[in-house]
Amino acid sequence: MDDCKCSLVDGILNKYDNNKSHLIAVLQEIQNEYKYLPEDVLNYVAEKLEINLSKIFSVATFYENFSLVPKGKYIIKVCDGTACHVRKSIPILNAMRKELGLSESKHTTDDKLFTVETVSCLGACGLAPVITINDKVHAKMTPDSTIELIKTLRSEG
Amino acid sequence: MGTMIIDGQLVEYTDEKNILAVIRKAGIELPTFCYHSELSVYGACRMCMVEDKWGSTITSCSTPPKDGMEVWTNTDKLKKHRKMILELLLANHDRDCTTCEKSGRCKLQEIALKVGVKKVRFGQEKKEMPIDDLGPSIIRNPNKCILCGDCVRACQEIQGVGVLDFAYRGSNLQVTTAFNKSLQEVDCVNCGQCRVVCPTGALMIKKDIDRAYEALQNKNKRVIAQIAPAVRVAIGEDFGLQPGEISMGKIVAALRKLGFDQVFDTAVGADLTVIEEAEELMDRIQRKEKLPLFSSCCPAWFKYAEQKHPELMENVSSCLSPQQMFGAVIKEQFKKEHSTDERENIVIAIMPCTAKKYEASRPENTINGERQVDMVITTQELAIMIQENGIVFNELEDEAIDMPFGFTSGAGVIFGVSGGVSEAVLRYYYKERNASTLKGISYSGVRGMEGVKEATAEIDGRTVRIGVVHGLKNAEKLIRKIKRGEEKFDFIEVMACPGGCIGGAGQPIPQNENVRKLRARGIYKVDKSLPIKRSDDNPTIDALYNGVLNSNRHILHRDGKH
Repeated sequence: MDDCKCSLVDGILNKYDNNKSHLIAVLQEIQNEYKYLPEDVLNYVAEKLEINLSKIFSVATFYENFSLVPKGKYIIKVCDGTACHVRKSIPILNAMRKELGLSESKHTTDDKLFTVETVSCLGACGLAPVITINDKVHAKMTPDSTIELIKTLRSEG
Repeated sequence: MGTMIIDGQLVEYTDEKNILAVIRKAGIELPTFCYHSELSVYGACRMCMVEDKWGSTITSCSTPPKDGMEVWTNTDKLKKHRKMILELLLANHDRDCTTCEKSGRCKLQEIALKVGVKKVRFGQEKKEMPIDDLGPSIIRNPNKCILCGDCVRACQEIQGVGVLDFAYRGSNLQVTTAFNKSLQEVDCVNCGQCRVVCPTGALMIKKDIDRAYEALQNKNKRVIAQIAPAVRVAIGEDFGLQPGEISMGKIVAALRKLGFDQVFDTAVGADLTVIEEAEELMDRIQRKEKLPLFSSCCPAWFKYAEQKHPELMENVSSCLSPQQMFGAVIKEQFKKEHSTDERENIVIAIMPCTAKKYEASRPENTINGERQVDMVITTQELAIMIQENGIVFNELEDEAIDMPFGFTSGAGVIFGVSGGVSEAVLRYYYKERNASTLKGISYSGVRGMEGVKEATAEIDGRTVRIGVVHGLKNAEKLIRKIKRGEEKFDFIEVMACPGGCIGGAGQPIPQNENVRKLRARGIYKVDKSLPIKRSDDNPTIDALYNGVLNSNRHILHRDGKH
């Protein structure tokens, strides 16, 4: 791990007093920084907090929100809460997966442009079906409007 | 103190921490997968459930006893419950019992039979997760894992290494290493304590039996065995003998039947280690540098020190372990005879330890370009070989080991138990050779099953402080104390496994403190029965220093240092 990465992670760790009970908060901040949890950073965290790497891996794989693989430039979250589900969120998801060549086990495109995930509820049921792209909410989507959106984003690169 | 009613029977309890211990004391055997008295209580397998008088079920392993408590251990409800859990476990389990090496020793098989599971009502889930057999010592087969977490706790609580943990969630839960790497790629020290507690075939010793047969059948190879001290007091357990029963003579006889050309005792290697290490220690004490000196016999400890405390490596003795020293000596000895006998020399070490396999495979452990020890067979593997060849172990006539390494000392033999290295070194220092000196040493604090022991000795007017630890977690605690300046030692003996080599992962299972105590008693019994007590009184050692080791002593040290 290079120095610049180290000082960044050190900053996060110092914020939490290098206390291992704050592991989840530390991981969240690291993920905010890198969009995922890089292996070398976790190694460094394990050493600094004196936790086994296997324990960190255990925590990181337990929570859906943590990712151990790099994510795309555009992170698209499709809401599949009850309201969105009954208003046909799954066809949106399927259309997007088909367009981007993704599947249930593959969430990120090879060009690292798009990541497609589902979330349980975004709390915007009145706007169902909802998707967010890098935390910007797009309301009342249809498969067609979603594909349009993807195409625009792709042309922007 | 108090009284409980178990299945209508009045049972007194004293300091038992949980109802399970009280129930077992009352002579009722409850099945368990995840309960080990030496590990923390986990309460995952739910097999030890009992019913209280109001009909609710509780896990007996995690409930402390209370005065007047009333429980039932085998009601219809509980039986149904246990059967159901087992069926669910079996539905998720790779049920290749006929070809599984654990068959016959498998706790899952045993308990399913005991509880009376005749049929699994659920569909079989086929998991095909990759098997990790890249390492030299342990094979991990996640398809046979029942998620009891015993290995996770053993690795963490005994060794403080913690390479295994639960990962993922729900039905995808797995016991695995960080980033699903092979055990070889993580900080695993190959001690194998995980496999000692594993109830199924998910963690197994990597067997070298086939390679051994191949060497034994090859007429162009002279196959030489060396037998570690701890093997002789444990192998009998696989043949119905009591732990601690000494069966060295039978092992020698069995090895000859299996086709070994020469059979020696690793205690000779231990004698060499005693002399080399004692002199190294004295030298450092006189120069007052690089103290404390740590022992280097245990390969799991050695790897741990390399990984975790590289700054301490110059404090770790430069001596090779007895296995490697003796391997080097044997190879030198038989090289001389090469002119009359052109067979290739193959040294097979019979060891109580899985980490010894790793040690033998370390690239620097070679002599004249060949490995000092060609392969390592654990106690359990030898027992399997004996059974496979139809040798009736218990009826074998005792045989003696071969010359030119025919004599062993008690000091060499006690290496097999925690504290033995220190005791042997002390024997070497004390010049008086009477029985009371020996007794004094044995009571100096080096013996016993405590995790950390301390002893002080007066040598040439100097006070020498000795620390003895087993379990790497205990070692880590001691190292931290030393670094903080709270403790000061001149010599520290570290063994990774509980009780030392007698509690090694290559030994027969089940293992617990009781079994280890009996094995230790066996080792001390061997020591008592041997006429030679001190390493330097062993004529074999004299002959070696005047023979193959004459101006060749560096082969006994790491990196040829001396």
